[in-house]
Amino acid sequence: MVAVGPTDPARLPPAGIDGLDPAWSRLVEVPLDGTTRTFHILDTHAERTESAQLTVLCVHGNPSWSFLWRNTLAQLPDGVRGVAVDHLNMGFSDRTGTVRRLADRIDDLCALTDELGITGPVVTIAHDWGGPISLGWAQRHVPQLRGVILTNTSVHQPEDASAPKIIRATRSRAALRRATVDTTAFITGAFEMSHPRLPKDIRKGFLAPYETADRREAIQTFVEDIPLEDDHPTAPTLDGVAAGCALLGRIPTLLLWGSRDLVFSDLYLHDLEARFPHADVHRWGHAGHFVGEDADVASAAVDWIRQLDVGTPPEPTETSGITTLLDPLRNEAIADKVAIVEMADAEPSITFGYLNSHIETTAAGLAHAGIEPGDRVALMIPPGIDMIATLFAIWRVGAVAVLVDGALKPKQMTAALNAAYPKHLIGITKALAAGRALRWPGRRISATPLSAIQKRVLGAEHSLVELRETALPLDQPLPPADDEAAIVFTSGSTGPSKGVRYCHTRLALQRDLIASLYGITSDDSLVAAFAPFALYGPLLGITSTVPDMDVSQPGSIETINLAEAVSAVNATMVFASPAALERLVDTAADARDYANALANVRTLLSAGAPVRASLLEDTKALFPNAVAHTPYGMTEALPVASISLPELIDAGTGPGVCVGRPAPGVEVQIDPIDSRLPGFGEIVVRAPHQRLSYDRLWHTTHKASQPAGWHRTGDVGRFDDDGRLWVGGRLGHVVWTATGPVGPVALEKAVEDLDDIYMAAVVGVGPVGNQQLVVVVERMLPTQKPALASLELIDAVRGVSDHDVVAVFDVSKLPVDRRHNSKIDRTAVAAWAESVLAGGPLRGLAKEA
Amino acid sequence: MRVLVTGATSMIGRMVAERLLARGDEVTVLQRSTTEMTGVQQFNGSVTDAGIVSQAVAGQDAVIHLAAKVDITGEWDDFVSVNVEGTSTLLAAAKTAGVSRFVYISSPSVAHGGESLIGVGAEPADPDSTSGHYATSKAMAEQLALAASTADMPVVAIRPHLVIGVGDTQLVERILDRARQGRLPLIGSGLALIDTTWVDNAADAMVAALDECPDLGGEAFVISNGEPRTVHELIARITNAAGVEWSPRSVPRKVAIAGGSVIETVWDRTSRDDEPPMTSFGAEQLSTAHWFDQQRTREALGWTPKVSLAEGFERLSEHYRNS
Repeated sequence: MVAVGPTDPARLPPAGIDGLDPAWSRLVEVPLDGTTRTFHILDTHAERTESAQLTVLCVHGNPSWSFLWRNTLAQLPDGVRGVAVDHLNMGFSDRTGTVRRLADRIDDLCALTDELGITGPVVTIAHDWGGPISLGWAQRHVPQLRGVILTNTSVHQPEDASAPKIIRATRSRAALRRATVDTTAFITGAFEMSHPRLPKDIRKGFLAPYETADRREAIQTFVEDIPLEDDHPTAPTLDGVAAGCALLGRIPTLLLWGSRDLVFSDLYLHDLEARFPHADVHRWGHAGHFVGEDADVASAAVDWIRQLDVGTPPEPTETSGITTLLDPLRNEAIADKVAIVEMADAEPSITFGYLNSHIETTAAGLAHAGIEPGDRVALMIPPGIDMIATLFAIWRVGAVAVLVDGALKPKQMTAALNAAYPKHLIGITKALAAGRALRWPGRRISATPLSAIQKRVLGAEHSLVELRETALPLDQPLPPADDEAAIVFTSGSTGPSKGVRYCHTRLALQRDLIASLYGITSDDSLVAAFAPFALYGPLLGITSTVPDMDVSQPGSIETINLAEAVSAVNATMVFASPAALERLVDTAADARDYANALANVRTLLSAGAPVRASLLEDTKALFPNAVAHTPYGMTEALPVASISLPELIDAGTGPGVCVGRPAPGVEVQIDPIDSRLPGFGEIVVRAPHQRLSYDRLWHTTHKASQPAGWHRTGDVGRFDDDGRLWVGGRLGHVVWTATGPVGPVALEKAVEDLDDIYMAAVVGVGPVGNQQLVVVVERMLPTQKPALASLELIDAVRGVSDHDVVAVFDVSKLPVDRRHNSKIDRTAVAAWAESVLAGGPLRGLAKEA
Repeated sequence: MRVLVTGATSMIGRMVAERLLARGDEVTVLQRSTTEMTGVQQFNGSVTDAGIVSQAVAGQDAVIHLAAKVDITGEWDDFVSVNVEGTSTLLAAAKTAGVSRFVYISSPSVAHGGESLIGVGAEPADPDSTSGHYATSKAMAEQLALAASTADMPVVAIRPHLVIGVGDTQLVERILDRARQGRLPLIGSGLALIDTTWVDNAADAMVAALDECPDLGGEAFVISNGEPRTVHELIARITNAAGVEWSPRSVPRKVAIAGGSVIETVWDRTSRDDEPPMTSFGAEQLSTAHWFDQQRTREALGWTPKVSLAEGFERLSEHYRNS
């Protein structure tokens, strides 16, 4: 090759670059181009290369250098060698004066690893346009390849993706030169894609090798080498790399993705997922192009590498002897039994026979609309016959239902749908309109009949009604029980909403556990005033209904509507949330005309959030003959345990909320969090009906699944001597005092038992390990303005606390979650208390979490 | 043990001397005015007087040095003379006399200006970051004291934060006076969290420091009850205990700090020797959090507060009921 551009020999980076260990830097001479080229690399094991059991080969993109991998290198386990290369003309490697195209760069990397004598096992990790280079290398080294990690990269232009706008914008020659060589705009522009903004020292680190125009020449030629046109000289190389992905077979692959990337959007992630169907995926919704700067890519990658040798234990798939999810309602014997009574409309009730044929027709319609087994389908219909029939139809065709809580804020809902990226979205008009405005993914199917104009405005291709009418009968078996059935999004009240994956089998196991736990038989009938439970009636083959209510606002239920629902199905069971129960108890008198029907209810289930014993006791006014139960669990595993009101009263007060003994088949362990408090710690569960994994959150799943196969709940608690489990609060809400960790719930309950206290939050202020307890209360008759509580109330609170309480505040409203109206946002309360007690102004607490 | 206690007329000094006597130590006291304390050998004079200091320290095993100029206002030279030079004189005399333990009473304000301190430990004294003559001179004196620590004469600095007690004229009586005069506003919201030390606990800690001195030479420890409270609650408890009416009224923080510095200037220019109603340092102190990590202190001294704040305020209340 003839030198046409600036030349400059390789050198070691200057001292003092943040996060870079100078001991890693070395210069390596490699025979290339008929001469010798010198690479600068970071090598964690330069002196003892032979002792490495595994080499992690780190490949940067443009504009960047090996600095990008500093955190990953620093965290590699013992015995793993990290080698991060600076490509020729990039970083601190030779400025050769030659243009390096993708094919050259792959050759360069191969020559370098030959020179380094890397012959043992290798995992590659790459970013940006380093991705194709690393894959090119990988395809030539399959026998020694143990894993592939790709971060925000691409091997192919996805069909629906316009070429990255930024690249296009800079491709006009003059603009390109100005941005890449004449100035550092291309580099600093890339920083702008970081969220939050990169700290100054890091920006300095990225810029260090690119201080002068001569040293930046390759940033331009790298951009020019991106084959946006079919006749581009690098197009065949890139196509070859893309096709070669198939060669990598089932080599373990991890895709780590920042989705706020203007260059490589989620479409590129989906393209890579299709090429590596077995890949583990972790997507960070908040992270940008330099995903490793915005999210903890290093520890995700390192944790993944650690488990490579061990291998992920296969998820247990005990399917024999289990009735599949849809079997009970397909049972001919109950064809004439009433399945669902619709309270909202004047619609007559429907039988299981009708429901089943309705599901078959709907399923046929969905198949006709192009929904295939494995397709993700977002379902946005309020609970009721339509919702149930459509959900079951989705399962019937083997598709995967994406279920997003209607109570989520629009922003959270959008984030959830962008993460799950359903191929189809079935919704009511309101959902379709929101989807249009918020640009939700998925081809639209309307749940209700629409005019042509409405369809166009809402972007709907079909409506369920017309699909049912036009479709041919479904000729397709039920899907295998281990197929994915649903991605259920968490409420987001205890952290960002995450998609939780379930297969048919696990949902069926959950249904069966609920049936056995509460002794549900075919003679029972159910009122579900809590949305998720609306599914259980039909799934259990029993008659059910949903009261006329806004299910996203459970606290708005009218007692008369509940009573009517109970009467309509002769309900023996009522499932409700604490917020609904509170409302019902307050207006119990409204239901006096239905006393007989209400007396028929034998089981009351309060679910969704912790409930006070006193509230359950008060429900006697409505359901004099019912035994109240409350299950403990989470979206990832429900139920874990359950307790009845008499047991709850018997348990008395203790270290939190008593949730009873573990349900049959559920194992519960306590993982201690402080050696001073053995027996108190994070609640870790294993159950046949628990989640599969979090969707596109490999690292989150990995961390929440320790030990392997278990689910870390993020709750803390302990067992009492009678084997009852007590939940003390969220791990993240634990107050770390000088004498040890304190769960907030026990004290909150004790304070709530004081006169005139409606709700209490216990939070910590100060540094972890020396935090002080602060109590914030909302009184029955709330105060107008936040203030320090009276000395009498402060004394009363200290009187019921085992630990010193430094301050007690009286506020007009504690922030609670939207869904349950009862989970306190302690993080917000803690931040507020921290500021006030540091001498900051006394502002009101946020109205809502 | 033969122990010299300087400044034994102060609330805490007297209590330290009594504790030492009670357990059988031989106690010598040195202070400017005569005390009515019995069972002690007395020297009357200033710690700046090398002659009387060397007489008092002769034959002692240990020194607990509490004498200091503790005022909000005053001339810088007076602070230097008593707090810096006095400490220096005493240290030199103690060394000459072969004293084997030296406990120096200091203040958390030696390491900080007016910023919020939230759960922090004892930082090194730093005269450049302190505000006010008292804190600056105490910081210089603590640096001298700890630098003088040797294997033969280990020196430990004890920094009690905001000592309160029955018979306390420094804090309790000032608060009550102002509350009675209706000029005790809260600075800002009055909700900054502040550590205090019940005087009995501070005295216990001084004695504990004396006992543990050989292992802790050169170290400084912040002492508090470990029960931080809001300024609002502290004032309410104190006025409550004394049966003084007080209704919280708030002055914006910035106004108080600015006002404090105007008042200080006026007081300086007019050479008034009574106490100004507010200083900017005081305003900052009362509107920012000051509470400390007590784990290291408690572990090193083998000491924990015996009198809780609740019990302390109960004692205070009893005191005012009986007086």
